[in-house]
Amino acid sequence: MATYSTNEFKSGLKIMIENDPCSIIENEFVKPGKGQAFNRVKMRNLKTGRVLEKTYKSGESVEGADVIDLDLQYLYNDGEMWHFMNKDSYEQCEADANAVSDAKQWIKGEEMCLVTLWNDVPLSVAAPNFVVLEVTDTDPGLKGDTAQGGSKPATLETGAIVKVPLFVENGDLLKIDTRTGEYVSRAKE
Amino acid sequence: MASDNSWQPSASLKVINKRASLLKQIRAFMDTREIIEVDTPILSHFGISDPYIQSMTTSITAESDAKLYLQTSPEFCMKRLLAAGSGSIYQIAHVFRNEELGKRHNIEFSMLEWYRTDFDYFQLMAEVGELLIDIGLEIPDKITYADAFEQTIKIDPHTVATSELQTLCKQHGWEGASDDRHALLDFLFSETVIKNLNQSKPLFIYDYPECMSALATLKRNEPIVSERFELFIAGMEIANGFNELIDADEQVHRFEKELVTRRNKGLTEPPIDKEFVAALRSGLPECSGVAVGIDRLLMVLSEKDDINEVSTFTLGSN
Repeated sequence: MATYSTNEFKSGLKIMIENDPCSIIENEFVKPGKGQAFNRVKMRNLKTGRVLEKTYKSGESVEGADVIDLDLQYLYNDGEMWHFMNKDSYEQCEADANAVSDAKQWIKGEEMCLVTLWNDVPLSVAAPNFVVLEVTDTDPGLKGDTAQGGSKPATLETGAIVKVPLFVENGDLLKIDTRTGEYVSRAKE
Repeated sequence: MASDNSWQPSASLKVINKRASLLKQIRAFMDTREIIEVDTPILSHFGISDPYIQSMTTSITAESDAKLYLQTSPEFCMKRLLAAGSGSIYQIAHVFRNEELGKRHNIEFSMLEWYRTDFDYFQLMAEVGELLIDIGLEIPDKITYADAFEQTIKIDPHTVATSELQTLCKQHGWEGASDDRHALLDFLFSETVIKNLNQSKPLFIYDYPECMSALATLKRNEPIVSERFELFIAGMEIANGFNELIDADEQVHRFEKELVTRRNKGLTEPPIDKEFVAALRSGLPECSGVAVGIDRLLMVLSEKDDINEVSTFTLGSN
């Protein structure tokens, strides 16, 4: 893998830090007029999601990380692994529970997900921003409450539980924003 | 997609007007004090040996091997004028420093530099304070480099062991901390000291360690310090000034030492400016000088945190 000098640092560049792939969020050039230049770098550890800050003397080099983002179709979960396919090449790959920890409660099959691969292994999976899922279990709404606002929990077909308005019933299709986990609206098929 | 607006200035028209009034105020300030404006060349056969400043170069024709250096500051030419008997002078000049790009750095930037004959650096600090008042800022507070370290991270920067500096740097996020004392102190200063000093007003830091003396005289006290000051506003370095070194032998000695450092770092070794050295030998009057970053001053005055927002145009990406 290539190494990158600090003067190639920019946001989005993927580098290896303590054996973990990280993505640069911010790169700040710091230099006294008559003194040593530094690059103060803020980055996200792509395995843990944690944000860290490190400083390099300008001109130092860091090993790059072989990380790419691909749009892959979610196929199925075999009980242990989540399987995805590249619709262009038909190549498949499998992601573990850790990689799909956020996405798994929103996907049921066939969705296109943004999969981040590190050395060809899925590191993280992002569900589509919006999904439509069926309500499998929710308490019946109380009469007269339809105009009042108020909310109740509803279990969706993937097992996710979201807060919904009181008028939502079993069998309804709901549009959900996966980034916030919030109900958006009822949806037609 | 190339934006159709890429031809537009990167600063707003409001900031461009502000720059105009700032330049007018500076010139009026200098006029009242009978400091003469000068205009010296940007190009020179000689570069700068400071290991922490990289010159940009060009040549007269494409075939010529003879390098020309773009000034990193108008200092050498202005000191030749002082040696020629000009008296106090100032200049507003574009200067060029390779590899310096960021929110507070541009490869090409605008510098106000002025020299006061028969001023020491305390008198010059006072005059910088008067300029700040004229442009609507406050008179700066003052603290020595040593006190700044003492107040924030409780070490004496002049006497602390290099190994302790390394440990502190590592604690503050610089893992590859070298044994270069200058770099270690720079790191701690930028990362912790300056961030933790009270800067409700502009702040002068003065009496720098000997290893940061550049073209400044030394105060032969214990510890030895360089008679140099810097101005900070809200954590940003705005100006750098000093009692100017007038001892030609000492200056040549420092240049040669810097060239050795450059060689050890694998950097280019620009030829020493022999005209400047000759001027020193003929006699530079006792004087103090200061360089002020105009763009950064404009950042403060227009409350911008990116130098691109105060530069009329920037190089941008190709």
